[in-house]
Amino acid sequence: MLGGKELRHAISMASRWTWASCNLSSNLYRWNKTFIHTSSCHRKCELTSKRYQVKRGKYNEINEENIKFFTELLGPHRIIEGESELEGHNTDWLDTVRGASSVLLKPKTTEEVSAILSYCNQHRLAVCPQGGNTGLVGGSVPVFDEIIISTNLMNKVENVDTWSGVVTCQSGCVLEALDQHVADFGLMVPLDLGAKGSCHIGGNVSTNAGGLRLLRYGSLHGSVLGVEAVLASGEVIDCMTAMKKDNTGYDLKHLFIGSEGTLGLVTKIAIHCPPRPQAVNLALLGLSTYENVLKTYVAAKSKLGEILSSCEFIDRSSLECVEENLKLKPPISSHEYYMLIETSGSNGTHDEEKLNIFLEDVLGSGIVDDGTVASEPSRMLHIWGLRERIAEALHHEGYTYKYDISTPLSHFYKMVEDMRKHLGSKIIRCCGYGHIGDGNLHLNITTDEFDKEVLNRIEPAVYEWTSKVNGSISAEHGLGFKKRNYIHYSKSSGAVTLMKQMKKLLDPNGILNPYKVLPDE
Amino acid sequence: MSLRVLVGVKRVIDYAVKIRVRPDKLGVVTDGVKHSMNPFDEIAIEEAVRLKEKKIAKEVVAVSCGPTQAQETIRTALAMGADRGIHVEIPAEEVEKLEPLHVAKIMAKLVEQEKADLVVLGKQAIDDDSNATAQMTASILDWPQATFASKIEKTDGELQVTREVDGGLETIKVKLPAVVSADLRLNEPRYATLPNIMKAKKKKIAKMKAADLGVDTTSHFEVLEVADPPVREAGIKVEDVDTLITKLKETGRI
Repeated sequence: MLGGKELRHAISMASRWTWASCNLSSNLYRWNKTFIHTSSCHRKCELTSKRYQVKRGKYNEINEENIKFFTELLGPHRIIEGESELEGHNTDWLDTVRGASSVLLKPKTTEEVSAILSYCNQHRLAVCPQGGNTGLVGGSVPVFDEIIISTNLMNKVENVDTWSGVVTCQSGCVLEALDQHVADFGLMVPLDLGAKGSCHIGGNVSTNAGGLRLLRYGSLHGSVLGVEAVLASGEVIDCMTAMKKDNTGYDLKHLFIGSEGTLGLVTKIAIHCPPRPQAVNLALLGLSTYENVLKTYVAAKSKLGEILSSCEFIDRSSLECVEENLKLKPPISSHEYYMLIETSGSNGTHDEEKLNIFLEDVLGSGIVDDGTVASEPSRMLHIWGLRERIAEALHHEGYTYKYDISTPLSHFYKMVEDMRKHLGSKIIRCCGYGHIGDGNLHLNITTDEFDKEVLNRIEPAVYEWTSKVNGSISAEHGLGFKKRNYIHYSKSSGAVTLMKQMKKLLDPNGILNPYKVLPDE
Repeated sequence: MSLRVLVGVKRVIDYAVKIRVRPDKLGVVTDGVKHSMNPFDEIAIEEAVRLKEKKIAKEVVAVSCGPTQAQETIRTALAMGADRGIHVEIPAEEVEKLEPLHVAKIMAKLVEQEKADLVVLGKQAIDDDSNATAQMTASILDWPQATFASKIEKTDGELQVTREVDGGLETIKVKLPAVVSADLRLNEPRYATLPNIMKAKKKKIAKMKAADLGVDTTSHFEVLEVADPPVREAGIKVEDVDTLITKLKETGRI
């Protein structure tokens, strides 16, 4: 029984906690580090190799001797064996791809990673580097029995330079934890995405993740200053520097940024972190036509200028999905289209004035029908939840066919409308949302279960349409396993050939993350 | 019978913000920290505005006792549908020391001045968790009180209120005029929409001091210490069940 003192303490804690945890499920989501597999409809997905008829590469199978080596290197607690133990690591969080690995290794240092890869290269054992396993194109899980190398224990922050804002850390730091760490120094990580509670910065760098604030802080190719990676041979390539400017030779770090673990396993990064904004405002707007969405975006750029930090788009269907499946209530009435516009700056009064002028303008001229604006952290979290949890909400419906395309803004929503007409009643939902400020649309289709017929109706049609408007078939998600064979829709054959040559140079035995990124022969 | 409703709103540290204890250990850091309206007060305002929409109330007046920035809190209330505001200005240094008894006396005086028929307050503030202002206000006014309200219905000259109590739900009837304190499940507060936020800028907020109402805000308490809750200690791993049982016995858990 709780004594009086404990009871009083519990009640006083309960006041804040009751409020925080009961009313805002989005807060629970943030704090839930294992959101990956909390889906209520976790069905055991078919093996990738079966579903997609993949042929196993010429790699050796793991034997007792190999296990002995790894156990001696890492100790018995840092090697996990058995397919059933590794279920979560063999499947992506969307439940769309499943491998059959029976060995997971947890190195703590670059030296251990080097020893592992050197050994695997000698013994022709395939490996699959894995961070937070939040990837959306099946790139973070094995296809066959690749050894999973997890960065879970490589989570040290080595240095925060408060003058320059450069942060040096190991690749296994969870993005949200890293951001909270640098917040104590008045800095922020220049990258934010819905998976922040689980994804590793190494994974972000390896996929050149975009996220919600690319509009303001640019891509990782710009903010990552240094990379340390281990090649397939075990050789450590040290391109670490904390200098913003360094034009000495070929800039090799860019090879590792975005190559999805196929050219090297990223072990350390140095990233430039901007000052944390002192004043943040978030507006949620409701609009009736797509043309008005574009007009609002242009007005935001011109009237908000340098304080604009995010411009997101949600269509009616996506928000309905969040409402129905996650029971989150949107703060404004139903509209055809919604926009989230965020401002970040150093002066609250200045920013509010600019924001008010912008809002009065778009409201007055009728291009925006309704909206709300908030600057309180709790309210902003709730509004962001409506955008960041769409993927989770879609997952509740069964199987998601997920597409991430860059298109000219004029064609942005037409893709969704055309696909909706094309698929008719065979699907539950076809919706679109995304980083309209970057011209990046997340097109999503859901069905009850995986349906090969539906997949064949969507692909390659969606890629053909994207190619016709000279867009990108994968704006930020990468190619992973699922899109590797469609690379030609966005890259010339000459470019792909050169990529294959580089892969051969850096990984002659092809052990690093096979079956990913580059197309099958 | 159309009621004039007085609603108290308090400016508190936003619940999503990480609280830090001040170096002098006598309070928490509030400088530069994001504040917002106490969540239970949002529910109180929402309920009052709904009463107005149902034509049970004719006017909703939002009251806040606090520093200059409390006006932002009142503006939020106005944007949610309150008609006008009253800001009882408390100097920044004294805000921390303001007690429920002071606020209750202020509310009582305002009730007299404004000729209010109903007072709706949040059940407690998330910074001090006192849960006392509504009860004290009712006592000073000698009005009936219905606290921890999760449902309010109006019957002739009376309010039927369902209260959340430890044993479950209790339904009581109180004669008007009365004081009600709002609990979590009373309603889900609306977000102020842009047109309403714009309109609220033109609504009136009257300013006054506690002294103008004849209320003495001398503190009766002295804060001795404010400290963080104890850091959660790491657990230990044991090799087998027997060791587990031994350890549990050692620490007196079984």
